Amino acid sequence: MAENKPKDPKRHATYLPPLEEKESSKPFHSTPMLDQLESGPWPSFVTGLKRLAMRKEHGDMVVDLLGQLEHSYNTRLGYWKGGTVSVFGYGGGIIPRFTELMGADGKPMFPESREFHTLRVQPAPGNHYTTDMLRQLSNSWNKYGSGLIAFHGQTGNIMFIGTTTDNTQHFFDEINEYGWDLGGAGPCVRTGMSCIGSARCEQSCANEPKIHRVLVNNFLDDMHRPALPYKFKFKVSGCPNDCMNSIHRSDFAVIGTWRDDMKVDQNEVKSFVKAKGRKYVVDNVISRCPTNALSLNDDDSLDVDNRNCVRCMHCINVMTKALKPGDDKGVTVLIGGKRTLKIGDTMGTVIVPFMKLESDEDYDQLREMAENTIDFFAENALEHERTGEMIERIGLVNFLEGIGIEVDPNMINHPRESSYVRMDDWDVEAEKWKQRKAEAAG
Amino acid sequence: MADTPRHPIESGAPDAFQYMHPVFIKNFGNWAYHDRPRPGVLHHVAKSGDEVWTVRVGTQRQLGPYEINLLCDIIDKYADGYVRFTIRSNMEIMVTEESKVEPLIKAIEEAGYPIGGTGPSVTMISHTQGWLHCDIPGTDASGVVKALMDELYEEFTNERMPNRVHITTSCCQINCGGQGDVAINVQHTKPPKINHDLVANVCERPSVVARCPVAAIRPAMVNGKPSLEVDEKKCICCGACFPPCPPMQINDAEFTKLSVWVGGKHSNARSKPMFHKLVAAGIPNNPPRWPEAAEIVKKILRVYQEDAKDWERVGDWVERIGWPRFFELTELPFTKYHIDDWRGSRRTLNASTHIRF
Repeated sequence: MAENKPKDPKRHATYLPPLEEKESSKPFHSTPMLDQLESGPWPSFVTGLKRLAMRKEHGDMVVDLLGQLEHSYNTRLGYWKGGTVSVFGYGGGIIPRFTELMGADGKPMFPESREFHTLRVQPAPGNHYTTDMLRQLSNSWNKYGSGLIAFHGQTGNIMFIGTTTDNTQHFFDEINEYGWDLGGAGPCVRTGMSCIGSARCEQSCANEPKIHRVLVNNFLDDMHRPALPYKFKFKVSGCPNDCMNSIHRSDFAVIGTWRDDMKVDQNEVKSFVKAKGRKYVVDNVISRCPTNALSLNDDDSLDVDNRNCVRCMHCINVMTKALKPGDDKGVTVLIGGKRTLKIGDTMGTVIVPFMKLESDEDYDQLREMAENTIDFFAENALEHERTGEMIERIGLVNFLEGIGIEVDPNMINHPRESSYVRMDDWDVEAEKWKQRKAEAAG
Repeated sequence: MADTPRHPIESGAPDAFQYMHPVFIKNFGNWAYHDRPRPGVLHHVAKSGDEVWTVRVGTQRQLGPYEINLLCDIIDKYADGYVRFTIRSNMEIMVTEESKVEPLIKAIEEAGYPIGGTGPSVTMISHTQGWLHCDIPGTDASGVVKALMDELYEEFTNERMPNRVHITTSCCQINCGGQGDVAINVQHTKPPKINHDLVANVCERPSVVARCPVAAIRPAMVNGKPSLEVDEKKCICCGACFPPCPPMQINDAEFTKLSVWVGGKHSNARSKPMFHKLVAAGIPNNPPRWPEAAEIVKKILRVYQEDAKDWERVGDWVERIGWPRFFELTELPFTKYHIDDWRGSRRTLNASTHIRF
């Protein structure tokens, strides 16, 4: 358990200055429900809010925020409504919030936090910061807002939570001058996300920060001036472990992979078997391979049937020293992942089983594919329909024709089960396949 | 405002290299392997021989100047001045000398922050905004997470689960929290209550009609005003109509319930990515600590901990032992609501004699 008696109470997650040091003018509301969330070992956001409420600048705003939150805890209802707030030149990136909680006199019950907007700001790929930059962002926000920052929201933004309509512009102007830009909100290209990847991870098969910026920063007009049918998200993971959850949580997922043989250091395999024992290796590595592509030899070396390896990463995750992705690296692109509304969840679908990402031309090709996808989506999706839902409605083949990509058996789990289909042009389509095979063979 | 407004600099996502630890820049794309010397610490070795230790710190996600300065002071004093965040709001602090790891951990723990969330542990819950900031929430987010992480604290600081456990919470059925090994989601149980006086002024009625997944909403004249009506026999209480039309209030103090889903997985390791499946519903939305939801989650995790094999995620484990055994072991009731009836649901039925006795 966490230390209940801090060594230095003033420098501890539970520290709250004495009331006489409170610099804000509005007294605290009674918050018995929220107070119960101040005990326990996990750092408390309630204590954090109370500390903010004691500040001279914008403290009263947080005093009233706590009042409204306590009211929500009592009534089990939320009291924010949206609206329209933006900064000059942009149509999105702000989440406006106005209180709906009015007293009998028709005035806000918690007037100091009646405007409580959030600015969504794009972090650097991989969410890297220097302490100097964190302090600088915090200082700017203390000047113009509540001081409360969420690292990070579910779309990947830094969320600066709680400011007035006027200060939205002032804060944005200040941080925009030193290199930060708003993310997406509304029916637009959204902030991207990418794993730490090549910066620290031996399993990475891609240059994640480059892919992230090549894609997202190519669509800033579509991000800052929302005009798409609905949101469009890019996410980048460096390997099939998909730490960014891109297959399910992005419309355009780029995932690093490799197409040559996995690298095996047989000496390290033997050391691993020696350290862990054969039973462990058989039970946790060999028998967990989804395609039975692994076999442990009598001399404790490892055979890999690379033709049947599906790059699931499991054995590489277990034996981090002995096994590694191959050298011929590239990416798989999956399109159409999304969550519930409206048709139910969809995972992304493989659209490009493998492409190299090394030369400028390779990156141009990826960027072009994203442009074609977004253009086709903008043109053909219904209002409030995600890319995956559009594909569900019109069929994968229509989508592929729309973005100019040929069919590939890696796009499916299995061929059609239903015989209800017209196949008048079978010979033409079969000929196309033969032609492509002949071209590929040179 | 007589001033000419300032034009934005559309800089987009900033360059990460200006904020990256120098050891990351030097060895970018050239790492050899990693291991975990202890829970909460990752150790990466580069092909150059360079080493980096990463200390993972659990946070409350919402940080103010006090927390930022407290943590940054520690990072400046005991580490190298560089920090990053995981997507589950854990801070990662990097040092390039092993001797710096323990003093750094000690300083973080003395400041009241937990070290953990690595490997087979229960890491920080990915969550939404809830009553703090969302316009359509059925419940809170930060409070649910604080209550749950208090209960699961020891599972964050230790690595004693079969594999990593990703928990998510979502304060409406849009489920921004995403797929999880265990997901705690709002599930409304009653159709929206409509304030017919406001609909015509507030809602773009055709687009509200179009939002309904089951075509249960129709335009109607009510009390002589243009409004909308819901065919309550068709309504599945998803709340899709509420964001574009706030007078169609879906949230309710009593009838907005919580549900628990298990087996969601994003990774391709072993099995393909999976969606989480419903296991419990009708759970009261009970602030400030949501004890009923916490009890179910803890029970599921206990059973998973005891019964799953090493490296099995919750979804992998249930696939192996079968759903009947899951309900038996967790002592959760199996009801008609567990049987899917949405489009494509026939694929979820057992068309075989594969049955465990």
